[in-house]
Amino acid sequence: MAVFLSLREAIARHVQDGQSIALEGFTHLIPFAAAHEIIRQRRTGLHLIRMTPDLIYDQMIGMGCARALTFSWGGNPGVGSLYRLRDAVENGWPRPLALHEHTHAGMAAAYTAGASGLPFGLLRGYIDNGLNAVNPDIRRVRCPYTDEELATVPAINPDVSIIHAQAADGQGNVLIQGILGAQKEAALAGRKLLVTVEKVVERLDTHLNSVVLPGWVVSAIAQVPRGAYPSYAQGFYARDNEFYKAWDAIGKSRERFERWMDVNVLRAAA
Amino acid sequence: MKHRDFTSDEMMTVAAARLLWNGCVCFVGIGLPSAVANLARLLHAPDIVLIYESGTIGARPTVLPLSIGDGELAETATAVVSLPEIFAYWLQAGRVDVGFLGAAQIDRFGNLNSTVIGPYEAPTTRLPGAGGAPEIASNARQTFVVLKQSPRSFVADLDFKTSIGFGAGHGARARTGARGAGPQAVITDFGLLRPASDTQELQLMACFENVDPQAAVRATGWPLRVAQQLEVIRAPEPEELRVLRELHARRLKGG
Repeated sequence: MAVFLSLREAIARHVQDGQSIALEGFTHLIPFAAAHEIIRQRRTGLHLIRMTPDLIYDQMIGMGCARALTFSWGGNPGVGSLYRLRDAVENGWPRPLALHEHTHAGMAAAYTAGASGLPFGLLRGYIDNGLNAVNPDIRRVRCPYTDEELATVPAINPDVSIIHAQAADGQGNVLIQGILGAQKEAALAGRKLLVTVEKVVERLDTHLNSVVLPGWVVSAIAQVPRGAYPSYAQGFYARDNEFYKAWDAIGKSRERFERWMDVNVLRAAA
Repeated sequence: MKHRDFTSDEMMTVAAARLLWNGCVCFVGIGLPSAVANLARLLHAPDIVLIYESGTIGARPTVLPLSIGDGELAETATAVVSLPEIFAYWLQAGRVDVGFLGAAQIDRFGNLNSTVIGPYEAPTTRLPGAGGAPEIASNARQTFVVLKQSPRSFVADLDFKTSIGFGAGHGARARTGARGAGPQAVITDFGLLRPASDTQELQLMACFENVDPQAAVRATGWPLRVAQQLEVIRAPEPEELRVLRELHARRLKGG
Protein backbone atom coordinates (compact mmCIF):
# COMPACT_ATOMS: atom_id res chain seq x y z
CA MET A 1 0.00 0.00 0.00
CA ALA A 2 1.29 3.44 -0.90
CA VAL A 3 2.70 5.42 1.97
CA PHE A 4 2.87 9.21 1.69
CA LEU A 5 6.27 10.46 2.80
CA SER A 6 8.41 13.54 2.37
CA LEU A 7 10.85 13.16 -0.50
CA ARG A 8 13.75 13.15 1.96
CA GLU A 9 12.18 10.35 3.98
CA ALA A 10 11.22 8.33 0.88
CA ILE A 11 14.79 8.36 -0.45
CA ALA A 12 16.35 7.78 2.99
CA ARG A 13 14.13 4.79 3.59
CA HIS A 14 14.23 3.11 0.17
CA VAL A 15 17.42 4.00 -1.73
CA GLN A 16 20.65 2.42 -0.45
CA ASP A 17 24.27 2.50 -1.61
CA GLY A 18 25.12 -0.06 -4.27
CA GLN A 19 21.57 -0.68 -5.48
CA SER A 20 20.36 -0.79 -9.05
CA ILE A 21 17.90 2.03 -9.60
CA ALA A 22 15.88 3.27 -12.57
CA LEU A 23 14.62 6.84 -12.69
CA GLU A 24 12.50 6.69 -15.86
CA GLY A 25 10.52 9.15 -17.95
CA PHE A 26 11.26 9.62 -21.65
CA THR A 27 11.98 13.35 -22.05
CA HIS A 28 8.70 13.95 -20.21
CA LEU A 29 8.19 13.56 -16.42
CA ILE A 30 11.86 12.95 -15.62
CA PRO A 31 12.12 12.71 -11.80
CA PHE A 32 14.81 15.37 -11.27
CA ALA A 33 13.79 16.26 -7.72
CA ALA A 34 14.21 12.65 -6.60
CA ALA A 35 17.64 12.48 -8.23
CA HIS A 36 18.69 15.67 -6.48
CA GLU A 37 17.62 14.22 -3.15
CA ILE A 38 19.69 11.08 -3.84
CA ILE A 39 22.68 13.32 -4.60
CA ARG A 40 22.12 15.31 -1.38
CA GLN A 41 22.00 12.09 0.62
CA ARG A 42 25.35 11.15 -0.95
CA ARG A 43 24.37 7.74 -2.22
CA THR A 44 27.23 5.97 -4.00
CA GLY A 45 27.99 2.82 -5.93
CA LEU A 46 24.63 2.89 -7.68
CA HIS A 47 23.93 0.99 -10.88
CA LEU A 48 21.89 3.57 -12.78
CA ILE A 49 19.37 2.36 -15.36
CA ARG A 50 17.65 4.66 -17.87
CA MET A 51 17.04 4.61 -21.61
CA THR A 52 18.25 8.20 -22.00
CA PRO A 53 20.61 9.27 -19.20
CA ASP A 54 19.69 12.90 -19.97
CA LEU A 55 20.78 15.72 -17.64
CA ILE A 56 19.46 13.78 -14.64
CA TYR A 57 22.13 11.05 -14.85
CA ASP A 58 24.76 13.47 -16.13
CA GLN A 59 24.34 15.16 -12.75
CA MET A 60 24.31 11.93 -10.73
CA ILE A 61 27.35 10.55 -12.58
CA GLY A 62 29.26 13.82 -12.21
CA MET A 63 28.51 13.84 -8.48
CA GLY A 64 29.96 10.35 -8.09
CA CYS A 65 26.74 8.43 -7.33
CA ALA A 66 27.25 5.74 -9.98
CA ARG A 67 29.48 2.74 -10.60
CA ALA A 68 27.56 1.41 -13.63
CA LEU A 69 25.09 2.61 -16.25
CA THR A 70 22.58 0.65 -18.31
CA PHE A 71 21.33 2.87 -21.15
CA SER A 72 20.51 3.14 -24.82
CA TRP A 73 21.08 6.79 -25.85
CA GLY A 74 23.33 9.14 -23.91
CA GLY A 75 23.08 12.62 -25.39
CA ASN A 76 21.54 15.98 -24.54
CA PRO A 77 18.49 15.86 -26.87
CA GLY A 78 18.72 18.39 -29.68
CA VAL A 79 21.82 19.96 -28.09
CA GLY A 80 24.79 17.57 -28.08
CA SER A 81 26.88 15.72 -25.53
CA LEU A 82 26.41 14.83 -21.89
CA TYR A 83 29.86 15.94 -20.77
CA ARG A 84 29.78 14.41 -17.27
CA LEU A 85 28.87 11.03 -18.77
CA ARG A 86 31.63 11.46 -21.35
CA ASP A 87 34.18 12.49 -18.72
CA ALA A 88 33.38 9.35 -16.70
CA VAL A 89 33.69 7.09 -19.75
CA GLU A 90 36.66 8.81 -21.40
CA ASN A 91 38.67 9.78 -18.29
CA GLY A 92 37.18 7.87 -15.35
CA TRP A 93 36.20 11.15 -13.62
CA PRO A 94 35.05 11.35 -10.87
CA ARG A 95 35.16 7.56 -10.98
CA PRO A 96 35.09 4.87 -13.67
CA LEU A 97 31.69 3.91 -15.03
CA ALA A 98 30.89 0.43 -16.35
CA LEU A 99 28.59 0.59 -19.36
CA HIS A 100 25.82 -1.88 -20.17
CA GLU A 101 24.77 -0.53 -23.52
CA HIS A 102 21.61 -1.33 -25.45
CA THR A 103 19.32 -0.01 -28.15
CA HIS A 104 15.99 1.65 -27.32
CA ALA A 105 14.09 -1.35 -28.64
CA GLY A 106 16.27 -3.67 -26.56
CA MET A 107 15.76 -1.74 -23.34
CA ALA A 108 12.03 -1.46 -23.98
CA ALA A 109 11.91 -5.26 -24.33
CA ALA A 110 14.01 -5.70 -21.17
CA TYR A 111 11.70 -3.48 -19.10
CA THR A 112 8.63 -5.21 -20.52
CA ALA A 113 10.08 -8.59 -19.54
CA GLY A 114 10.88 -7.21 -16.08
CA ALA A 115 7.32 -5.98 -15.62
CA SER A 116 5.96 -9.31 -16.92
CA GLY A 117 8.01 -11.50 -14.60
CA LEU A 118 9.77 -13.11 -17.57
CA PRO A 119 13.52 -13.87 -17.56
CA PHE A 120 14.25 -12.15 -20.87
CA GLY A 121 12.89 -9.85 -23.52
CA LEU A 122 12.69 -10.79 -27.17
CA LEU A 123 13.09 -8.67 -30.27
CA ARG A 124 14.09 -8.63 -33.89
CA GLY A 125 17.08 -6.42 -33.32
CA TYR A 126 20.82 -5.91 -32.72
CA ILE A 127 21.37 -7.18 -36.26
CA ASP A 128 25.00 -6.97 -37.45
CA ASN A 129 25.63 -4.61 -34.54
CA GLY A 130 28.85 -3.84 -32.66
CA LEU A 131 26.97 -3.95 -29.35
CA ASN A 132 26.81 -7.74 -29.66
CA ALA A 133 30.57 -7.86 -29.12
CA VAL A 134 30.75 -5.45 -26.18
CA ASN A 135 27.61 -6.38 -24.24
CA PRO A 136 27.55 -10.13 -23.40
CA ASP A 137 23.97 -9.73 -22.15
CA ILE A 138 22.75 -9.52 -25.74
CA ARG A 139 22.18 -13.09 -26.92
CA ARG A 140 20.17 -15.07 -29.47
CA VAL A 141 17.45 -17.70 -29.52
CA ARG A 142 15.82 -19.59 -32.36
CA CYS A 143 12.07 -19.29 -32.66
CA PRO A 144 10.62 -22.78 -31.96
CA TYR A 145 7.90 -22.18 -34.58
CA THR A 146 9.63 -20.45 -37.50
CA ASP A 147 13.33 -21.06 -36.78
CA GLU A 148 14.00 -17.33 -37.10
CA GLU A 149 16.95 -16.16 -35.04
CA LEU A 150 15.93 -13.40 -32.62
CA ALA A 151 17.77 -11.26 -30.10
CA THR A 152 17.27 -11.59 -26.35
CA VAL A 153 18.04 -9.24 -23.49
CA PRO A 154 17.83 -10.14 -19.79
CA ALA A 155 14.86 -8.68 -17.93
CA ILE A 156 15.53 -5.45 -16.10
CA ASN A 157 14.31 -5.57 -12.50
CA PRO A 158 15.74 -2.58 -10.65
CA ASP A 159 15.99 -2.69 -6.86
CA VAL A 160 14.11 0.61 -6.93
CA SER A 161 12.21 2.29 -9.74
CA ILE A 162 11.38 5.98 -9.43
CA ILE A 163 8.95 7.92 -11.63
CA HIS A 164 7.27 11.31 -11.59
CA ALA A 165 3.58 11.74 -12.47
CA GLN A 166 0.96 14.46 -12.56
CA ALA A 167 -1.30 13.34 -9.75
CA ALA A 168 -2.16 10.80 -7.08
CA ASP A 169 -5.32 10.39 -5.03
CA GLY A 170 -5.53 9.73 -1.31
CA GLN A 171 -5.19 5.97 -1.84
CA GLY A 172 -1.96 6.48 -3.74
CA ASN A 173 -3.37 5.63 -7.18
CA VAL A 174 -1.18 7.41 -9.74
CA LEU A 175 -2.27 9.10 -12.98
CA ILE A 176 0.18 9.68 -15.86
CA GLN A 177 -0.83 11.78 -18.87
CA GLY A 178 1.00 12.54 -22.11
CA ILE A 179 4.19 10.93 -23.36
CA LEU A 180 4.63 7.69 -21.43
CA GLY A 181 8.02 6.39 -22.46
CA ALA A 182 8.66 3.10 -20.67
CA GLN A 183 7.48 4.45 -17.33
CA LYS A 184 4.76 1.92 -16.68
CA GLU A 185 7.07 -0.98 -17.55
CA ALA A 186 9.91 0.43 -15.43
CA ALA A 187 7.51 1.06 -12.56
CA LEU A 188 6.19 -2.50 -12.54
CA ALA A 189 9.64 -4.01 -13.10
CA GLY A 190 11.03 -2.45 -9.91
CA ARG A 191 11.26 -4.41 -6.69
CA LYS A 192 10.21 -1.16 -5.07
CA LEU A 193 8.42 1.79 -6.66
CA LEU A 194 8.77 5.40 -5.55
CA VAL A 195 6.57 8.04 -7.15
CA THR A 196 6.75 11.81 -6.96
CA VAL A 197 3.68 13.75 -8.09
CA GLU A 198 2.78 17.33 -8.91
CA LYS A 199 -0.32 17.22 -6.74
CA VAL A 200 -2.46 15.03 -4.54
CA VAL A 201 -6.17 15.22 -5.30
CA GLU A 202 -9.37 13.82 -3.91
CA ARG A 203 -10.41 12.29 -7.23
CA LEU A 204 -8.17 11.62 -10.23
CA ASP A 205 -9.30 13.13 -13.53
CA THR A 206 -9.34 9.78 -15.31
CA HIS A 207 -10.84 8.67 -18.60
CA LEU A 208 -11.52 5.08 -19.52
CA ASN A 209 -8.02 4.23 -20.69
CA SER A 210 -6.01 6.63 -18.58
CA VAL A 211 -2.78 5.20 -17.29
CA VAL A 212 -3.28 4.55 -13.61
CA LEU A 213 -0.87 2.68 -11.44
CA PRO A 214 -2.91 1.33 -8.55
CA GLY A 215 -1.76 2.47 -5.12
CA TRP A 216 -1.06 -1.06 -4.00
CA VAL A 217 1.96 -1.38 -6.35
CA VAL A 218 3.48 1.86 -5.06
CA SER A 219 5.95 1.67 -2.15
CA ALA A 220 6.00 5.39 -1.36
CA ILE A 221 4.66 8.66 -2.76
CA ALA A 222 5.98 12.16 -2.22
CA GLN A 223 4.28 15.31 -3.43
CA VAL A 224 6.90 17.41 -5.21
CA PRO A 225 5.55 20.27 -7.32
CA ARG A 226 7.82 20.93 -10.32
CA GLY A 227 9.56 17.64 -9.50
CA ALA A 228 10.27 17.00 -13.18
CA TYR A 229 11.83 20.41 -13.93
CA PRO A 230 13.75 21.16 -16.25
CA SER A 231 11.94 18.37 -18.11
CA TYR A 232 8.20 18.88 -18.07
CA ALA A 233 4.85 17.73 -16.78
CA GLN A 234 2.11 17.91 -19.41
CA GLY A 235 -0.64 20.19 -18.16
CA PHE A 236 1.59 21.80 -15.51
CA TYR A 237 4.71 23.31 -17.07
CA ALA A 238 6.68 23.09 -20.32
CA ARG A 239 10.13 21.66 -20.90
CA ASP A 240 12.74 24.33 -20.23
CA ASN A 241 14.54 23.96 -23.54
CA GLU A 242 16.71 26.99 -22.76
CA PHE A 243 18.04 25.25 -19.65
CA TYR A 244 18.87 22.13 -21.67
CA LYS A 245 20.86 24.36 -24.02
CA ALA A 246 22.54 26.17 -21.10
CA TRP A 247 23.55 22.83 -19.57
CA ASP A 248 25.94 22.31 -22.46
CA ALA A 249 28.30 24.97 -21.06
CA ILE A 250 27.68 24.08 -17.40
CA GLY A 251 28.37 20.39 -17.90
CA LYS A 252 31.41 20.93 -20.06
CA SER A 253 33.67 22.11 -17.24
CA ARG A 254 34.25 20.12 -14.05
CA GLU A 255 34.61 23.27 -11.96
CA ARG A 256 31.53 24.99 -13.33
CA PHE A 257 29.52 21.79 -12.92
CA GLU A 258 30.56 21.36 -9.29
CA ARG A 259 29.76 24.99 -8.53
CA TRP A 260 26.35 24.68 -10.16
CA MET A 261 25.54 21.50 -8.23
CA ASP A 262 26.72 23.03 -4.98
CA VAL A 263 24.50 26.09 -5.31
CA ASN A 264 21.45 24.53 -6.98
CA VAL A 265 21.32 21.05 -5.48
CA LEU A 266 23.52 20.50 -2.42
CA ARG A 267 22.57 23.76 -0.70
CA ALA A 268 19.00 23.74 -1.95
CA ALA A 269 16.26 22.68 0.44
CA ALA A 270 14.55 19.40 -0.37
CA MET B 1 31.10 27.41 -55.79
CA LYS B 2 28.81 30.29 -56.77
CA HIS B 3 27.24 32.48 -54.16
CA ARG B 4 23.99 30.99 -52.86
CA ASP B 5 21.27 32.57 -50.82
CA PHE B 6 20.59 29.41 -48.82
CA THR B 7 22.65 27.24 -46.47
CA SER B 8 23.77 23.62 -46.95
CA ASP B 9 21.41 22.59 -44.16
CA GLU B 10 18.51 24.17 -46.05
CA MET B 11 19.56 22.53 -49.29
CA MET B 12 19.80 19.10 -47.66
CA THR B 13 16.49 19.55 -45.87
CA VAL B 14 14.67 20.53 -49.06
CA ALA B 15 16.26 17.75 -51.12
CA ALA B 16 15.35 15.13 -48.51
CA ALA B 17 11.80 16.46 -48.16
CA ARG B 18 11.26 16.02 -51.91
CA LEU B 19 11.93 12.29 -51.50
CA LEU B 20 8.96 11.85 -49.15
CA TRP B 21 5.54 11.18 -50.61
CA ASN B 22 2.02 11.91 -49.45
CA GLY B 23 0.69 9.23 -47.10
CA CYS B 24 4.16 7.93 -46.32
CA VAL B 25 4.65 6.63 -42.76
CA CYS B 26 7.85 8.22 -41.57
CA PHE B 27 9.83 7.43 -38.39
CA VAL B 28 11.74 10.60 -37.57
CA GLY B 29 14.46 11.58 -35.16
CA ILE B 30 15.09 15.01 -33.78
CA GLY B 31 16.96 17.77 -35.61
CA LEU B 32 17.30 17.74 -39.37
CA PRO B 33 15.08 14.67 -40.02
CA SER B 34 12.28 16.29 -38.06
CA ALA B 35 12.61 19.46 -40.16
CA VAL B 36 12.62 17.37 -43.35
CA ALA B 37 9.45 15.45 -42.52
CA ASN B 38 7.57 18.53 -41.34
CA LEU B 39 8.63 20.49 -44.41
CA ALA B 40 7.26 17.71 -46.64
CA ARG B 41 4.02 17.75 -44.62
CA LEU B 42 3.61 21.50 -45.10
CA LEU B 43 4.47 21.37 -48.83
CA HIS B 44 3.44 18.37 -50.93
CA ALA B 45 2.64 15.63 -48.40
CA PRO B 46 -0.17 16.84 -46.10
CA ASP B 47 -1.13 13.26 -45.16
CA ILE B 48 2.36 12.08 -44.25
CA VAL B 49 2.32 10.25 -40.91
CA LEU B 50 5.09 11.30 -38.54
CA ILE B 51 6.07 8.82 -35.84
CA TYR B 52 8.47 9.96 -33.13
CA GLU B 53 10.01 7.28 -30.93
CA SER B 54 8.64 8.98 -27.81
CA GLY B 55 5.32 7.37 -28.75
CA THR B 56 3.56 10.02 -30.78
CA ILE B 57 1.85 8.78 -33.95
CA GLY B 58 0.63 11.29 -36.53
CA ALA B 59 2.20 14.31 -34.84
CA ARG B 60 1.59 17.63 -36.61
CA PRO B 61 3.77 20.08 -34.69
CA THR B 62 3.49 23.76 -35.60
CA VAL B 63 6.88 24.43 -34.00
CA LEU B 64 9.91 22.19 -34.45
CA PRO B 65 10.56 20.33 -31.21
CA LEU B 66 13.98 20.51 -29.54
CA SER B 67 13.63 17.10 -27.94
CA ILE B 68 12.04 13.90 -29.18
CA GLY B 69 9.37 14.18 -26.51
CA ASP B 70 8.33 17.84 -26.43
CA GLY B 71 4.73 18.41 -25.33
CA GLU B 72 3.91 19.86 -28.77
CA LEU B 73 4.27 16.39 -30.29
CA ALA B 74 1.84 14.76 -27.89
CA GLU B 75 -0.68 17.59 -28.16
CA THR B 76 -0.85 17.38 -31.96
CA ALA B 77 -0.67 13.57 -32.35
CA THR B 78 -3.40 11.23 -33.51
CA ALA B 79 -2.36 8.78 -30.81
CA VAL B 80 0.15 8.73 -27.96
CA VAL B 81 1.32 5.24 -27.09
CA SER B 82 4.07 3.83 -24.91
CA LEU B 83 7.63 3.52 -26.08
CA PRO B 84 7.70 -0.30 -25.98
CA GLU B 85 4.58 -0.22 -28.17
CA ILE B 86 6.17 2.12 -30.73
CA PHE B 87 9.15 -0.16 -31.18
CA ALA B 88 7.22 -3.46 -31.10
CA TYR B 89 3.80 -2.89 -32.72
CA TRP B 90 4.71 -0.11 -35.11
CA LEU B 91 8.37 -0.35 -36.13
CA GLN B 92 9.18 -4.05 -35.65
CA ALA B 93 5.87 -5.14 -37.15
CA GLY B 94 6.76 -3.38 -40.39
CA ARG B 95 4.38 -0.41 -40.34
CA VAL B 96 7.05 2.20 -41.14
CA ASP B 97 7.79 3.15 -44.77
CA VAL B 98 10.79 5.41 -44.23
CA GLY B 99 13.13 5.70 -41.28
CA PHE B 100 15.40 8.75 -41.12
CA LEU B 101 18.88 8.30 -39.69
CA GLY B 102 21.88 10.47 -39.00
CA ALA B 103 25.27 9.32 -37.68
CA ALA B 104 28.84 10.38 -37.00
CA GLN B 105 30.26 7.99 -39.59
CA ILE B 106 29.02 6.08 -42.65
CA ASP B 107 30.90 3.54 -44.77
CA ARG B 108 30.58 2.67 -48.45
CA PHE B 109 27.79 0.17 -47.73
CA GLY B 110 25.71 2.59 -45.69
CA ASN B 111 26.54 1.06 -42.30
CA LEU B 112 26.46 3.71 -39.57
CA ASN B 113 28.39 4.58 -36.42
CA SER B 114 26.82 6.72 -33.71
CA THR B 115 28.54 5.06 -30.73
CA VAL B 116 32.25 5.92 -30.34
CA ILE B 117 35.26 7.40 -32.12
CA GLY B 118 38.28 5.30 -31.21
CA PRO B 119 38.13 1.92 -29.45
CA TYR B 120 34.93 1.15 -27.50
CA GLU B 121 36.73 0.45 -24.22
CA ALA B 122 38.83 3.65 -24.39
CA PRO B 123 37.13 6.02 -26.81
CA THR B 124 38.60 9.36 -27.84
CA THR B 125 35.02 10.58 -28.23
CA ARG B 126 32.07 8.93 -26.60
CA LEU B 127 29.02 9.60 -28.83
CA PRO B 128 25.39 9.30 -27.62
CA GLY B 129 24.98 5.72 -28.87
CA ALA B 130 22.33 3.65 -30.57
CA GLY B 131 18.96 4.96 -29.45
CA GLY B 132 16.34 3.78 -31.90
CA ALA B 133 18.65 3.69 -34.91
CA PRO B 134 19.66 0.00 -35.17
CA GLU B 135 16.09 -1.27 -35.19
CA ILE B 136 14.94 1.54 -37.49
CA ALA B 137 17.77 0.53 -39.82
CA SER B 138 16.72 -3.11 -39.84
CA ASN B 139 12.92 -2.87 -39.59
CA ALA B 140 11.81 0.18 -41.60
CA ARG B 141 10.90 -0.64 -45.22
CA GLN B 142 13.74 1.65 -46.26
CA THR B 143 15.93 4.27 -44.64
CA PHE B 144 17.17 7.69 -45.70
CA VAL B 145 20.42 8.93 -44.20
CA VAL B 146 21.16 12.64 -43.87
CA LEU B 147 24.81 13.46 -43.23
CA LYS B 148 27.32 16.11 -44.27
CA GLN B 149 30.09 14.69 -46.40
CA SER B 150 33.72 14.89 -45.25
CA PRO B 151 36.61 12.43 -44.95
CA ARG B 152 35.90 12.30 -41.19
CA SER B 153 32.28 11.23 -41.65
CA PHE B 154 32.46 9.23 -44.91
CA VAL B 155 35.08 6.69 -43.87
CA ALA B 156 36.65 3.54 -45.27
CA ASP B 157 36.22 1.75 -41.93
CA LEU B 158 33.77 2.56 -39.16
CA ASP B 159 35.14 2.82 -35.62
CA PHE B 160 32.00 0.98 -34.46
CA LYS B 161 29.04 -0.50 -36.30
CA THR B 162 25.88 0.82 -34.66
CA SER B 163 23.32 0.36 -37.43
CA ILE B 164 23.28 -1.99 -40.38
CA GLY B 165 23.22 -0.72 -43.93
CA PHE B 166 24.21 -3.38 -46.44
CA GLY B 167 26.82 -5.06 -44.21
CA ALA B 168 29.68 -6.11 -46.51
CA GLY B 169 27.51 -5.52 -49.58
CA HIS B 170 26.90 -8.00 -52.40
CA GLY B 171 23.68 -9.26 -50.80
CA ALA B 172 25.04 -9.56 -47.25
CA ARG B 173 22.08 -7.71 -45.73
CA ALA B 174 19.58 -10.16 -47.19
CA ARG B 175 21.39 -12.99 -45.37
CA THR B 176 20.78 -11.35 -41.98
CA GLY B 177 17.42 -11.11 -40.25
CA ALA B 178 17.02 -7.48 -41.36
CA ARG B 179 13.62 -6.93 -42.94
CA GLY B 180 13.68 -3.65 -44.83
CA ALA B 181 15.49 -2.61 -48.00
CA GLY B 182 18.13 -0.62 -46.11
CA PRO B 183 19.58 2.82 -46.94
CA GLN B 184 18.10 3.71 -50.33
CA ALA B 185 19.13 7.36 -50.21
CA VAL B 186 21.98 9.25 -48.54
CA ILE B 187 21.51 13.01 -48.70
CA THR B 188 24.68 15.04 -48.20
CA ASP B 189 25.68 18.67 -48.68
CA PHE B 190 27.02 17.70 -52.12
CA GLY B 191 24.11 15.67 -53.43
CA LEU B 192 22.49 12.26 -53.34
CA LEU B 193 24.06 8.81 -53.02
CA ARG B 194 22.20 5.61 -53.76
CA PRO B 195 23.28 1.95 -53.52
CA ALA B 196 24.36 0.16 -56.70
CA SER B 197 21.96 -2.68 -57.48
CA ASP B 198 24.61 -5.45 -57.56
CA THR B 199 27.25 -4.49 -55.00
CA GLN B 200 25.08 -2.15 -52.89
CA GLU B 201 28.03 0.21 -52.71
CA LEU B 202 26.91 3.82 -52.39
CA GLN B 203 27.38 5.87 -55.56
CA LEU B 204 27.02 9.55 -56.21
CA MET B 205 23.87 9.71 -58.34
CA ALA B 206 23.06 13.42 -58.25
CA CYS B 207 24.71 16.70 -57.30
CA PHE B 208 23.25 20.00 -56.27
CA GLU B 209 23.40 22.79 -58.84
CA ASN B 210 26.89 24.25 -59.22
CA VAL B 211 28.53 21.49 -57.19
CA ASP B 212 31.62 19.80 -58.63
CA PRO B 213 31.29 16.01 -58.30
CA GLN B 214 35.06 15.77 -57.83
CA ALA B 215 34.68 17.83 -54.65
CA ALA B 216 32.29 15.14 -53.39
CA VAL B 217 34.87 12.49 -54.25
CA ARG B 218 37.54 14.40 -52.32
CA ALA B 219 35.20 14.63 -49.32
CA THR B 220 34.86 10.85 -49.18
CA GLY B 221 37.20 8.48 -47.36
CA TRP B 222 36.83 5.71 -49.93
CA PRO B 223 37.12 5.90 -53.75
CA LEU B 224 33.58 7.15 -54.38
CA ARG B 225 32.03 5.99 -57.63
CA VAL B 226 30.23 8.65 -59.61
CA ALA B 227 27.31 7.71 -61.85
CA GLN B 228 27.99 8.15 -65.54
CA GLN B 229 24.78 10.08 -66.02
CA LEU B 230 24.95 12.37 -63.05
CA GLU B 231 21.67 14.12 -62.32
CA VAL B 232 21.34 17.67 -61.05
CA ILE B 233 19.25 18.49 -57.98
CA ARG B 234 17.63 21.84 -58.56
CA ALA B 235 18.20 24.54 -55.97
CA PRO B 236 15.50 25.11 -53.34
CA GLU B 237 12.49 27.01 -54.69
CA PRO B 238 11.53 30.27 -52.98
CA GLU B 239 8.36 28.60 -51.65
CA GLU B 240 10.33 25.70 -50.17
CA LEU B 241 12.71 28.10 -48.44
CA ARG B 242 9.89 30.30 -47.18
CA VAL B 243 8.04 27.42 -45.53
CA LEU B 244 11.23 25.96 -44.06
CA ARG B 245 12.36 29.29 -42.64
CA GLU B 246 8.96 29.95 -41.14
CA LEU B 247 9.13 26.53 -39.48
CA HIS B 248 12.51 27.35 -37.93
CA ALA B 249 11.45 30.86 -36.97
CA ARG B 250 8.54 29.44 -35.01
CA ARG B 251 10.95 27.24 -33.10
CA LEU B 252 13.03 30.22 -32.07
CA LYS B 253 9.97 32.08 -30.87
CA GLY B 254 8.56 29.01 -29.16
CA GLY B 255 11.87 28.56 -27.32
